[in-house]
Amino acid sequence: MHLRNSKFDPAIAKARATKYRRRILDMSQHVSALHIAGAYSCTELVDAIYNEFMRPDPGGGKSPDTFLISKGHGCMIQYVILEDHGILSKKDLDEYCTPQGILGTHPDYGNPGIEASTGSLGHGLSMVVGMALAERGSKRDGVIYTVLSDGEVQEGSTWEAILMASSLKLGNIVAFIDNNDFQSLGRTSETHPSFYPLTDKFVAFGWETVEVDGHDPKAIYEAVKNRSGTRPFMVVAKTTKGKGVSYMENVPMWHYRSPNKAEYAQAVAELEAQT
Amino acid sequence: MRNTFSEALYEEATKNSDIYLVVADISPAGSMAKFTTQYPERFINVGVAEQSMIGIAAGLALKGKQPFAYTIATFSLYRPFEMVRDDLGYQNLPVTVVGMGAGIIYSTLGGTHHTQEDIAIAGAIPNMQIVAPCDPTECTDATRWCARQKNGPVYLRIGKAGEPILTQTAEPWEFGKIRYLRRGTDVCILTFGVITRMAAQVADELTKQGKSVSLVSVHTMKPIDRVGIAKALASHKQVIVIEEHAPQGGLAAHTKQIAWDTKATCRLDTFSLQDAFIHNYGSWEDLLDAHGISVKKILAKVA
Repeated sequence: MHLRNSKFDPAIAKARATKYRRRILDMSQHVSALHIAGAYSCTELVDAIYNEFMRPDPGGGKSPDTFLISKGHGCMIQYVILEDHGILSKKDLDEYCTPQGILGTHPDYGNPGIEASTGSLGHGLSMVVGMALAERGSKRDGVIYTVLSDGEVQEGSTWEAILMASSLKLGNIVAFIDNNDFQSLGRTSETHPSFYPLTDKFVAFGWETVEVDGHDPKAIYEAVKNRSGTRPFMVVAKTTKGKGVSYMENVPMWHYRSPNKAEYAQAVAELEAQT
Repeated sequence: MRNTFSEALYEEATKNSDIYLVVADISPAGSMAKFTTQYPERFINVGVAEQSMIGIAAGLALKGKQPFAYTIATFSLYRPFEMVRDDLGYQNLPVTVVGMGAGIIYSTLGGTHHTQEDIAIAGAIPNMQIVAPCDPTECTDATRWCARQKNGPVYLRIGKAGEPILTQTAEPWEFGKIRYLRRGTDVCILTFGVITRMAAQVADELTKQGKSVSLVSVHTMKPIDRVGIAKALASHKQVIVIEEHAPQGGLAAHTKQIAWDTKATCRLDTFSLQDAFIHNYGSWEDLLDAHGISVKKILAKVA
């Protein structure tokens, strides 16, 4: 597969993930609430998409590849990476969720670097299928990357898209499931035990599917690098909601809350200890 | 209308490789065979999966394509409503959602196959445009326009088969403008969609009674031609609205709003479907009659 990075460096990937988590943490101090834990659970996934997979345009324009974050509430990680790439500005992020700003809690199509409006779950994958069809129809080799939450795989509409992507043999789709095992009312494995094993379901629907540790950048990189490209590719990524800050990990209230000053200080100390 | 839709779409597709047709296990007849044979990569059948029909059309449009999503009206608009609202309306994408067999054309299939409130529902979505042609020729004009426009989403409300041609002597079709199929001075009938055939019969009868009658196709239901309707209200002694739609959010409601806003003084009679599901069967005319809409009943009330 043609990827942005032909050579993977685990130390650089780890440093980036910590930097992005820290930037999100700083943003959290300007707002009363944000989806911090859901962004932390997919930090390594979205980092890999932008910094390892999506190819730069030789002319300096848009990448020939596309990223659509289907779990729109995780877009904080997208925002900080877009800032890192110079597509969003510091001002854009500083004005997050303010009347003068352009960025909200869910990604809005039309903002720099945002390829679709998501936030309502179960919409992203069908749009990904349409984008992948358009790439094929235009005889372009663009790959469409997406990240879904595990909760949104419960949406019937997601399965409509899963069925179509493999029926159409859309080998230009690479999807990740941020399988952090949490949704609003509890652990998915407890509320919906029949949901598992997830991987078998995608295999049954004709997707090339792998399971990885969603916080292991090397595993993510290797999985995508070695995909066949003949069918849509699903990475079931085992993740931890709130990954990186001990008191947030697997604690539901951090789905949508900002740390107070003391919590912020502790989180900063923990993240710095990881670098 | 299905056939002229597919013929017009095929012609546009031969000229524009960005035109895609996404269907949900229902395909227009006529020229669609040519479309699917010549452009198989641009004909996507998602199966009985209307949410993905809209989402896939949105994804195509996000990459610069000009997609049409096509199935029976209830399934193209109601089932995937949130996809129509978010993916198409919120993102303002030039996707045409074709509602075929709209209104109560599927008269023996029961309420699950009726769209009595589709104009109200589609019309409530910001950015959505609504076009409801009155005959196969107008359907051709509307389809061509949908294939070329880049404003945003369109709900194209069409009939099924066998609609008579009503526009032979009409002025040219123009998006957003009401269209006089006949011009008179006493009575003006405002209508849209398939029921225009019944409105034409009412116009014929009123003409026989010695009245000078205008018959107007309000084919663009959003944005509605407020200026054109205001002029019709001001220039006729009597205005009659006939629609195959619930009283809320349709042509009757719009016309009353415009009449109020412009202090119209004409007599105004409106004929809409009732705010009630239809549990009886029979022909299209039988169902309309059950809701008080027939040539005879209209004539009795407007006399």
